[in-house]
Amino acid sequence: MPEPYVIDREQTKPIVNTCHADIITLKDVAFSYQSQQVIDKLSFSVQQRDFVGLIGSNGAGKTTLLRMIVGLLKPASGSISLFGTPASQFKDWHRIGYVPQKNSFNPLFPATVREVIMSGLYGRNKLFRRLTKADQIKADEAMHAMNIEDLALKKIGQLSGGQQQRVFLARALINNPELLILDEPTVGIDTETQAGFFHLIKHMHQHHRMTFLMVSHDMDMIQGYLGDKPARECGKLKFYVRHSHDLEDCGETNISHSLKNLRQVLEREKEGVTSWTS
Amino acid sequence: MDILTSEFFQRALIGGLLIGVTAPLLGLFLVLRRLSMIGDTLAHVSIAGVALGFLIGVYPIAVGLVFALAASFAIEKLRKAYKTYAELSIAIIMSGGVALASFLFTLGKGFNMTVTSYMFGSIYTLNNTDLIVIGVVTVVVLVLIRLHVKELFLLTFDEEAAAVNGLPVRYYNLMMSVLTALVISASIKIVGALLVSALLTIPAACSLVAARSFRQSVFTVVLVAEVAVIAGLLIAGVWNLAPGGTIVLLLIAILLLLLVGRVRFRISG
Ligand SMILES: [Zn+2]
Ligand SMILES: [Zn+2]
Repeated sequence: MPEPYVIDREQTKPIVNTCHADIITLKDVAFSYQSQQVIDKLSFSVQQRDFVGLIGSNGAGKTTLLRMIVGLLKPASGSISLFGTPASQFKDWHRIGYVPQKNSFNPLFPATVREVIMSGLYGRNKLFRRLTKADQIKADEAMHAMNIEDLALKKIGQLSGGQQQRVFLARALINNPELLILDEPTVGIDTETQAGFFHLIKHMHQHHRMTFLMVSHDMDMIQGYLGDKPARECGKLKFYVRHSHDLEDCGETNISHSLKNLRQVLEREKEGVTSWTS
Repeated sequence: MDILTSEFFQRALIGGLLIGVTAPLLGLFLVLRRLSMIGDTLAHVSIAGVALGFLIGVYPIAVGLVFALAASFAIEKLRKAYKTYAELSIAIIMSGGVALASFLFTLGKGFNMTVTSYMFGSIYTLNNTDLIVIGVVTVVVLVLIRLHVKELFLLTFDEEAAAVNGLPVRYYNLMMSVLTALVISASIKIVGALLVSALLTIPAACSLVAARSFRQSVFTVVLVAEVAVIAGLLIAGVWNLAPGGTIVLLLIAILLLLLVGRVRFRISG
């Protein structure tokens, strides 16, 4: 594996390596719940093709930070830009996939796995548009990649926690986003499935044009892939970063680099496969 | 049997069929968002509007609609103020509506009888104006839901995901509030304010038992409501029973049948 490129992201220093553009730019971001200051003076940037692991103790503000980035919370002060646009004016939300820590839907909700996954497509650019054959194929590919085709017609509430997590991951992947934001994606999932999942996202980082920002408590996984030393610390938040310049292909197909190929490639690489097919 | 061919019965049937589509559709979204009490609340508030309409001599359903709209905006506002206690704001508005209605009743003692017909429904007194209002409401509701059904699905299933996808969540919530107020004020003369929430919520409850997908649940609620409305009107017409009450009892009967059927199915399967 090639060495990670930039891992020094001190905001005071000018960024030496400008090979890739900023996707997320945080400037002096602060947030507090009532009188409790959770995040203070946070400046950080995520570049395209970064894999950023975010670690911190309970109450360090990890989830708060992710929720600010996706626009669910407003920072008390400071600014957030996405793809170079101030977050308040940002419109291209289909470029971002977000998988929250827990999805608090009603377990009786009459929705199939397929319906939930398709809903990842319903954004501004789909307003007043009907779903097309291409959209259906995207859903098939996302389900195939997550190995949940068999569950397509099941009600979402009937699934196990791990299966639900894969559904929400598939929903985030259906737009083939450039930035994937994951909040503790493997909580409640057995270790085998976790291994398969990490393999999958590493593959996407290295061979697909996908940037990751992931909250995790799994130090082994974070340090194993992103190195022992955080690139930046702010309060109780620690950012581990790995930048990738690997070729953006999966080996066989250079053209139409879609999710469809993903599982075959994973199986060819023969790592973490068993858990996905079980 | 003469009643079935009479003009007032046919008007009742048309009105019932139209409301039988719109009320359960909106009810499905409300129930899935755990806002089933909103229908009841808006109905009680719009009764206050109806009473005021009689008092000042304005088309009562229109004043009822204005009241229902004001109440649904107030609920949205209060819902934000009491974030996790949505039902609290609903309770406040509901009691406010009932209080106002009873206050207005005592001001205009003469029309007590007519207002009662809005409480329990008086489908046989539907006039052409009422039918036109119900027809327009039905078209507006169906067009907007058809145009936005996938966005409304996401909003209902996962409001935060809808926001992250960049959907204008505030406008959708506003739209649903307005549509709910429209449907309720249009349907109180048919089933009555006290029973209107049954037409909103019981079909949705049936779909939670029977439907295996969101798509199916949309069709289920309309089917259940239409069966209850048509059968209810026929039964009430032939045996001279209260139409609103008959429709609601039929809805409950269908729900019970589905629940029993599911238990049976579970045992045998
Ligand atoms: Zn680079
Ligand atoms: Zn690939």
